[in-house]
Amino acid sequence: MSDRSLDRLAVLEVARLSKRYPTGDLALREVDLRVDRGEVVALIGPSGAGKSTLIRCVNQLVQPTSGVVRLDGTEVTGLGSRALRRARRRMGMIFQEYALIERLTVMENALSGRLGYVGFWRSWFRRFPMSDVAEAFALLDRVGLADMANKRADALSGGQRQRVGIVRALMQRPELLLVDEPTASLDPKTSRQIMRLILELCAERGLAAIINIHDVALARQFAMRIVGLRSGAIVFDGAPGSLDAAALTSIYGVEDWSATLGQGAKDAKEDRSPQRGTLPDVERLAGLA
Amino acid sequence: MSASQPTAEAHTALAAQWRPPPLIASPVLRWSLILGGLAWLVAALVFMEINWARAAEGWARGVRFMAAFLPPDFISKSDDIAEGLLESVTMTVVSTVLGLALSVPVAVGAARNLAPRPIYLACRSILVVSRTFQEVLVAILFVAMFGFGPLAGTLTLAFATVGFVGKLLAEDIEATDPAQLEAMRATGGSWLQALTWGILPQVKPRLLGLSLYRVDINFRESAVLGIVGAGGIGATLNTSLDRYEFDTAAAILLLIILIVMACEYASGVIRKAAL
Amino acid sequence: MPSLPSSGVEASIWRRRSVKGDLLAWGAWLVVVLATMLSFRTISDATIWDFVWDAPTQGADLLARAVPPRWEYAGVLWKPLWDTVNMASLGTLVAMALGVPVAVLAARNTTPSVTLVRPLALLVIVASRSINSLIWALLLVVIIGPGPLAGTIAIALRSVGFVGKLLYEAIEEIDRAQVEATEATGASPAQVLAWSIAPQVAPTIAGIGVFRWDINIREATVLGLVGAGGIGLQLEASVATLAWPQVSVILLLILATVIVSEWVSAQVRRAIT
Repeated sequence: MSDRSLDRLAVLEVARLSKRYPTGDLALREVDLRVDRGEVVALIGPSGAGKSTLIRCVNQLVQPTSGVVRLDGTEVTGLGSRALRRARRRMGMIFQEYALIERLTVMENALSGRLGYVGFWRSWFRRFPMSDVAEAFALLDRVGLADMANKRADALSGGQRQRVGIVRALMQRPELLLVDEPTASLDPKTSRQIMRLILELCAERGLAAIINIHDVALARQFAMRIVGLRSGAIVFDGAPGSLDAAALTSIYGVEDWSATLGQGAKDAKEDRSPQRGTLPDVERLAGLA
Repeated sequence: MSASQPTAEAHTALAAQWRPPPLIASPVLRWSLILGGLAWLVAALVFMEINWARAAEGWARGVRFMAAFLPPDFISKSDDIAEGLLESVTMTVVSTVLGLALSVPVAVGAARNLAPRPIYLACRSILVVSRTFQEVLVAILFVAMFGFGPLAGTLTLAFATVGFVGKLLAEDIEATDPAQLEAMRATGGSWLQALTWGILPQVKPRLLGLSLYRVDINFRESAVLGIVGAGGIGATLNTSLDRYEFDTAAAILLLIILIVMACEYASGVIRKAAL
Repeated sequence: MPSLPSSGVEASIWRRRSVKGDLLAWGAWLVVVLATMLSFRTISDATIWDFVWDAPTQGADLLARAVPPRWEYAGVLWKPLWDTVNMASLGTLVAMALGVPVAVLAARNTTPSVTLVRPLALLVIVASRSINSLIWALLLVVIIGPGPLAGTIAIALRSVGFVGKLLYEAIEEIDRAQVEATEATGASPAQVLAWSIAPQVAPTIAGIGVFRWDINIREATVLGLVGAGGIGLQLEASVATLAWPQVSVILLLILATVIVSEWVSAQVRRAIT
């Protein structure tokens, strides 16, 4: 956080963020984090480490107890409800169990990403601007769900639902994606497809993202930077390559990590190499981290 | 967006065609339901022959009445109120216990997986009759048979309890796990043993819940049976309204609300303690 | 399943509950039995038992006089029956219109204020639920005069609490994640209600409405007794003049109506789910 000259690049700054739940649990302890434009950060850590709380504090779904969250230089913490809603429009969120509105159609779910931009009655009668609907069609096409627009969300498979979740978040035209365990409910193959899709879309749009993920191999394979959280404090922050057994032990505790690290490295070689070619920014931004 | 020009046009065309999905897919059904509903609404309002002048006047009267209700008067008729409440409470207790005692055998008889067909049909028809007629209608007949007083009301409530608990319990018994009943029969126990060991443990929590809920309902119902002479606080309430003693009526209504709230609270506590 | 108690040695050792639990259970039974006996004595004191012993004769007599039903009387009953059904249906509609907002105010996760608005909404619900529709009718007939309007409002006032209670419980059990997701898009509270809560409880709302409508048909049959319109008025008149063949026609007509309404309600509920 010390390098002032890079402040223009920071899309998100979190400073000394703490959260104590009414039960007394201290979920976050003075967390400092900075995410730059176009940077994809994987947040790893054991369950209960505060990963979920951290990203929910960013868009204020959870009210932090103390500390500051700055989006593009403007402070999000302590905003009034109207201003907070405007700030939330700029942060798309993708959820673990998809959190789609199950009884609405795929198109309605996609359009719900525009709720912050239209008035109540327009949204009630589903009279979204034509350009929004066209954009929704384009995005559904992009994620491979072009024919599903009028299907109900609960008729879709897990992977398809998560794609709708991604479309909903992108419909907000966000600057930052908050992604909470996007693959926890998916099988390994679908998980990789979903992660790749998120990464591609981030690159296409120069989007920054924070991805909570418990699968270390997936994190190493896809993220540009890995942040390790333990008991509400950051204990690791670095490039995927520097996440070694010692680092994993500091995050999760003592365990034999050789298999995890080996698999990650192998996957990375297979999966990442073609992608790197299409993403010239990745190298530069990874270097900045 | 990296989409090329032709696809962007295609998406715009799709967007132009898109309509929010209607609730009822078939347009014929949708419109006939809408039009039919509107026609009924108009007919119902017309046939209701609402005397708007009287109703409008009612507002002013209503305000005057509200004023007459305040402050509630618990004192001047306190003996009548106490007597009526005591009668309601006793009716509630006896009718619930009696109704439950009767509803268990009826429920067993009305469960398709336990009862032979003739018994099943007989018990089901008892349930249908009990559930069809509003308590007050039954009370009118029972008053004609048993004379005025709380006994007619008690029997009415017991009969209604049989219909309510019996039906829900029978459905619960039908939904029990047949394997447990089989297992009990396989041990060589009698039919009654199979029932108490194979079925009862499965439906017991539900039975307790229904009983507590029914206490609540029986008390509330006992408050109206007095209108047709079947005992309880309803008689006191009716008299006070007839005599334009609205402050006493307000006191009675408040007491009913308080007792129902206390019942709900107590049943919550008992449910937590027992389950 | 543990061993049956009849299995000799074990039965003397194995106990279903702890000693304390045993005592509590027996204590509870004792209280119930004592309360029932005391209550029965109070009722018994207020009862003229000669009438009761005479009841079988009275009942047989009533039945004998009620059969055969005076079928031609049914011609007079169509209008009151139509009123009865309308009171139930309009009353249910009004109750839904009032009950849904009350439920939103009462549910812990949608109420604007847990300390101020929620207790108020819960009070409305409990007051409405505690007071039988017949009592509401009694009050309303005094205020707005006799007729189906009083009956409709009575039905509505009683049903608001029913709808409100069932619906607020349903709202409190909705999936939080869908609400969170909608909030995260920057939607306003009204939009969150319309887009993530309403779709989740829509089938419940429809189910509650139909369920209550079915109950209200029954309730509406007696409102005429206090002058609030519907078939109860004819029943009252027939009972007062001891016209038992007419009473049996009315009861049979009510039976048919209720069976039809129950069938309709079951069909609609099946179609929803």
